[in-house]
Amino acid sequence: MSSDGENDEFMCEDEYDDDGFDQDEDMDDVDSTSEPDVYDALSPALEEAPQKKPYDVTWKVRTLQEIIDMQNKEIKKIQSLLEVPPSTAAILLRHFVWNSEKLQEQFWNDPNAALEEAGLSPPTSPSTRTHNLPPSPEKRSNRLLRPTSVSGSSRTRSQIRTEPFECPVCCMDFDTSAVEANTFAMGCGHRFCRNCWGEYLSGKVKGEGESAKIQCMERGCERVVREEVVGEIVTADILKRYHNLLNAAFVADSPNLRWCPHPNCEFIIECNQAPPRMLNQLVPTVECKCGHELCFGCGYGASHRPVLCRIVKMWEKKCADDSETANWLQANTKECTKCQSTIEKNGGCNHMTCKKCKWEFCWVCMGPWSEHGTSWYQCNRFDERSGIDARDTQAKSRASLERYLHYFNRWANHEHSAKLDADFYKKTEKKMEQMQNSGNLSWIEVQFAKQAVDAVIKARITLKWSYCMAFYLKRNNMTELFEDNQRDLERAVENLGYLLEQNIVDTDSIAKLRQNITNQAAYVQKRHDILMDDTLKGYLERRWEFSVDI
Amino acid sequence: MAAGLSTKRLMKELADINTKGTPPGIVLHSADSMQEWIFLISVLGEETIYRGETFALRMKFGNRYPIEVPEVTFLANAEYQPPLHPHVYSNGHICASILGNEWSPVLNAVAICITMQSMLASNTKKERPEGNDRYVRTAPSNPKLTRWHYDDDVSSVEPGRKGDE
Repeated sequence: MSSDGENDEFMCEDEYDDDGFDQDEDMDDVDSTSEPDVYDALSPALEEAPQKKPYDVTWKVRTLQEIIDMQNKEIKKIQSLLEVPPSTAAILLRHFVWNSEKLQEQFWNDPNAALEEAGLSPPTSPSTRTHNLPPSPEKRSNRLLRPTSVSGSSRTRSQIRTEPFECPVCCMDFDTSAVEANTFAMGCGHRFCRNCWGEYLSGKVKGEGESAKIQCMERGCERVVREEVVGEIVTADILKRYHNLLNAAFVADSPNLRWCPHPNCEFIIECNQAPPRMLNQLVPTVECKCGHELCFGCGYGASHRPVLCRIVKMWEKKCADDSETANWLQANTKECTKCQSTIEKNGGCNHMTCKKCKWEFCWVCMGPWSEHGTSWYQCNRFDERSGIDARDTQAKSRASLERYLHYFNRWANHEHSAKLDADFYKKTEKKMEQMQNSGNLSWIEVQFAKQAVDAVIKARITLKWSYCMAFYLKRNNMTELFEDNQRDLERAVENLGYLLEQNIVDTDSIAKLRQNITNQAAYVQKRHDILMDDTLKGYLERRWEFSVDI
Repeated sequence: MAAGLSTKRLMKELADINTKGTPPGIVLHSADSMQEWIFLISVLGEETIYRGETFALRMKFGNRYPIEVPEVTFLANAEYQPPLHPHVYSNGHICASILGNEWSPVLNAVAICITMQSMLASNTKKERPEGNDRYVRTAPSNPKLTRWHYDDDVSSVEPGRKGDE
């Protein structure tokens, strides 16, 4: 895709309506894939505009401010519906994970219970009192250390303090006149000095990354600290971090939102068509305004189509565990014929004793040592039955490793090629210049080369993932069809790559080359779309059978 | 600000201990500095399985005490051994929610001692936590760096360190 096409899309996407949070209504007003591709303008072979496919999703790119607005809109709604202050509405919503239906249901069922559950209990409720744990010694400690402990009567809620106050945390004393200015108590009545509140809240925000669920300092008091309290007590930078954490929590709590994973990108993707339960038949690739693709399903920072998120995760884990060592293992080791532990022989004679299971065998014929006699340095019993059986087991284990390496090497090869795309573009650019000079072609007339490179790179990324897919597919007819499509695309890409390497000789050959490349690029694009379309449709039609559970 | 926070509070706690004493079975063994105190704890009464035993509980206070929980361990040396208890590892690390997510700045050193004493008093089975050896082998020296899971019956830990994820 070229940047022109993308801009069009985003201009279109920018026209979201005001009610950002009721996504269901505006789900279909922007179709992120319906804009014509740039190929249409230049290569007649690719005329047909892509339709929205059943396996595509629609999405919107949101700014942080929009995310804040979404929250405020919900808060306002709840505030007026339940007739509570905004910060109460916010705490209730966060507690009910922004499920306003559930919140309303519970609230109207029993307002006090809902408030208490969310950490906004009235002063007399049990949860604002200290839970005694353990019950009896706690009382003892009250008796012995009255000033640093808390019991109901000494610090009840009061608007005007008439006695001096000692902060139970830092033990600072405050005169009657200084109490109001220097101390603070929430609705639960547990009073502490502002200094300690500041230390406590800063520690929670900065040290522990807490935001929505910071509770009162009192032991066992579940009163949640309101936003405005944090705002009044902590410094500006802590407050900023606190708000960031609240926003991050909101995005994390919303299954239809996801941060763009690309560095320094602060956009948020909103998508309502890819809930987790759909991810066994959908690969929700989306594109952020920062220009990068990502998978909405798992947060992978690029398109991993046509492979399902769960398979990608398995593959990455397998590769992280295996691929570095697998090649070396294949070249340098054998498995113990009894317990299958991998053994490296780094010297000595052929009489091997497995460190793990103590099995003794011959490194050369792999047969048991007991039948081996005294030929330590050479083995002449290669055809003995037991040796053949042992090598058989060995071969099976090797075969599974080789199978993995087959797919991994192809996967890695395409990954490597796609990574060199910057070079590829540079080389092609040079060639385009050459064509403009020696072939008297206009700038627009040489763009076909760049588009061909685009097509190659896109196809390579899809091919790369197709090998991950194939590794996990069960062998059956469907898999064979998949591999046919894979092979056709593989060939088309190689042909196009070859044409792009051709040298330009004269004006005539340029015209011919141009025709060839344009045709082949169109063919690559077509093979690519066929593979992608067939594979993604296959999920919806439940055609693919995997060797692992998904 | 932070540096001053713990000092005044600990002075006050010390003064309280000196004037009012500590609960039965709890003795302040050493408080040479405002960074580290050691208490001796024994369980009183006939019913306990720890009759006649004394344990040393060490508390290290950071600058941010009591906002932050002190580092609390049972001493394991030639003189003192940690109690055999399903929440106490053989290196002296303790799995107790009061030293983790249930810590509150209004609690104090004596309150920790009381909780430990009551934890011992309610125990009926002298045994180490499940996975003790594995934990002790890999544990960080500061138990606050361990990710503890608190549940009522079984003590369980992740020997990995906080922030690994």
